[in-house]
Amino acid sequence: MPGSRAKLPELRRWWRFALVAPLLLFLLASFVAPVLMMLSRAVIDRDLERVWPDSAVALRQWDGEGLPPEALARTVAREIRTARQEGTLNQVANRLNYDMVGSRSLLYATADRLHAGAPANGIADLARIDPRWERPEIWAAMRHADGPLTSHYLLAALDRRLDADDRIVNVPAEQAVFTNIYLRTFKISAIVALLCIALGYPVAYLLASLPERKANPLLILILLPFWTSALVRTAAWAVFLQTNGVVNNALQAVGLIDAPLQLIYNRLGVYIAMTHVLLPFFILPLYGVMKGIPPTAMRAASSLGAPPVRAFLSVYLPQTLPGVAAGAIIVFTLALGYYVTPALVGGGADQMISASIAFYTNQSLNWGMAAALSLLLLLPLLLMIFAGRTMVRTVPA
Amino acid sequence: MSACRSRSERAGRAALIGFSVLVFAFLVLPILAVIPLSLNPTTFLVFPEGEFSLRWYRTLAESPQWTHAFGNSLKIAVATTLIATPLGTLAAIGLAYMRSRAKTVIVALITAPLVVPVVVVAIAFYFLFAPLGLVNGSLGLIIAHSALAVPFVVIVVHAALRGLDTELLRAAASLGAPPLTILTRVLVPLIAPGVAAGAVFAFMTSFDETTVALFIAGPEQRTLPIQMFEGVREQISPAIAAAATLLIVASTLLLGAAELLRRRGEGRGGSATPDIGA
Repeated sequence: MPGSRAKLPELRRWWRFALVAPLLLFLLASFVAPVLMMLSRAVIDRDLERVWPDSAVALRQWDGEGLPPEALARTVAREIRTARQEGTLNQVANRLNYDMVGSRSLLYATADRLHAGAPANGIADLARIDPRWERPEIWAAMRHADGPLTSHYLLAALDRRLDADDRIVNVPAEQAVFTNIYLRTFKISAIVALLCIALGYPVAYLLASLPERKANPLLILILLPFWTSALVRTAAWAVFLQTNGVVNNALQAVGLIDAPLQLIYNRLGVYIAMTHVLLPFFILPLYGVMKGIPPTAMRAASSLGAPPVRAFLSVYLPQTLPGVAAGAIIVFTLALGYYVTPALVGGGADQMISASIAFYTNQSLNWGMAAALSLLLLLPLLLMIFAGRTMVRTVPA
Repeated sequence: MSACRSRSERAGRAALIGFSVLVFAFLVLPILAVIPLSLNPTTFLVFPEGEFSLRWYRTLAESPQWTHAFGNSLKIAVATTLIATPLGTLAAIGLAYMRSRAKTVIVALITAPLVVPVVVVAIAFYFLFAPLGLVNGSLGLIIAHSALAVPFVVIVVHAALRGLDTELLRAAASLGAPPLTILTRVLVPLIAPGVAAGAVFAFMTSFDETTVALFIAGPEQRTLPIQMFEGVREQISPAIAAAATLLIVASTLLLGAAELLRRRGEGRGGSATPDIGA
């Protein structure tokens, strides 16, 4: 838009910023700050420190070799008792349980015994309450949680953990779920993007080759789904794809199938509904790019004797690739974060990473985990968008 | 691509048209076919045979849950529009004056809510509002929806500014009007169609928004999309088709009008109508 600035009436410089400032302040407060604060929970770890301030200090001073000094064990025992009285023990218990399963019951049982007057003058006393106090795992779990920063959530989001010797190891196979869910999320998004390319490219090509008088009414057929919310369109598919829904009834009526097909609550339903929801996001930008391609190059190619297919492949197609890349990246990145559509038309094995984020936010209340999963969703996405921007810069205006 | 010369070229063209017709059908039929389903008098999700009925619309109108949800959505969407439209319009005017470097950074910031996955935005608001007690209240949802809606206002108004007839501004300046007067008395009325289009986009962004609402709205703030989401999840009935039909009609009318306003404001065709993923 060169020149657009010169056309407007002169305005003092600070006025220009004064016009933008309210929105910037609003977005900083209502969007940027909340997102950054949320993401910081992926690495910030103050649950133990908040409840056991003295133990946290002592844990940070300990070298972490084998069993801790007796003084540290006494501090922990004292703070277990205080936390039980103040009703804050569950915060530490939950945090330690992420690192070592069984920590919660160990802490509660120990707290009860200490409350009942059991001596707590060192590791030996604690071990009489529960022999696990003589093993390094629980102490390592405490050391991993001593704050203020932790790698626990990010490692867990990659199906890894720190063992008692601070080595990064794989979590047990039955707990290793996230790698699979991330791969599934990427796979579904990539397939939806490919489906959009396959369905959308010919349509955009046809629209761009028509005179505007004919193309504009057809464009409405793309804008209509674009304007209808993703939820409504997903709901429509949920209605149609039912076992006794319209699609199955129609297929049975024309005799193509004998028994109803399972079209919903599986991967097929997710692909159908997500492609439908995202296809306009691919067609519209590609159509814009194709409209900007002068027809003269194709005409020159064919007047020089290139057969139509050859002219298309070597002259037209390369000019549209930036548009294809832009549209595909838009579709892929939007698909990565989809929540509503897979939740409604997918089965349990078709849920994407956003469903896990929702689970840790609402049900398991493990916010550190939700933040780490979000961070690992956001990073590849920002990379894709950055790559997309670079590519789109080459699009003809 | 005007003259089709050879037979193979004509066949290719026919295949292209045939394929495109199928894709258009895939895009539009599911939306249009919801309408007859909603007019079906039975409790099954089938096309009505001979007899049409408004039974399921009556069910919606008489259900306190649906009417309450509609009222909530309306209230939250109006409040969002009232916040997002002035903020976005002012910013778009300011941006039109800016040079590339500052502008790039600011545009990236303003459009960030469109790029970040909605679920990430949703939990960010949840974590923020839960300790403040704003979860289960309308205010949190209104703030969140305003952040999501404001990029659309900026994009649409900014486009309207580019299509401005600057002769009028110059005329006002040559008649001695100070810059601020030109802005408020000449510029703003000229871009009014664009601002109105932006306001409609803001309204629809909030009215259709599902994910953030699912996270931070309590039972009292149940919006129409939440009601619909749970309806689809728990028990699909033709009432869902009726609600979907109403939402399709509303968004088509409103966004169609906004698109016309936008084109008038820009003085040319174009296709970049914003929408938001789910």
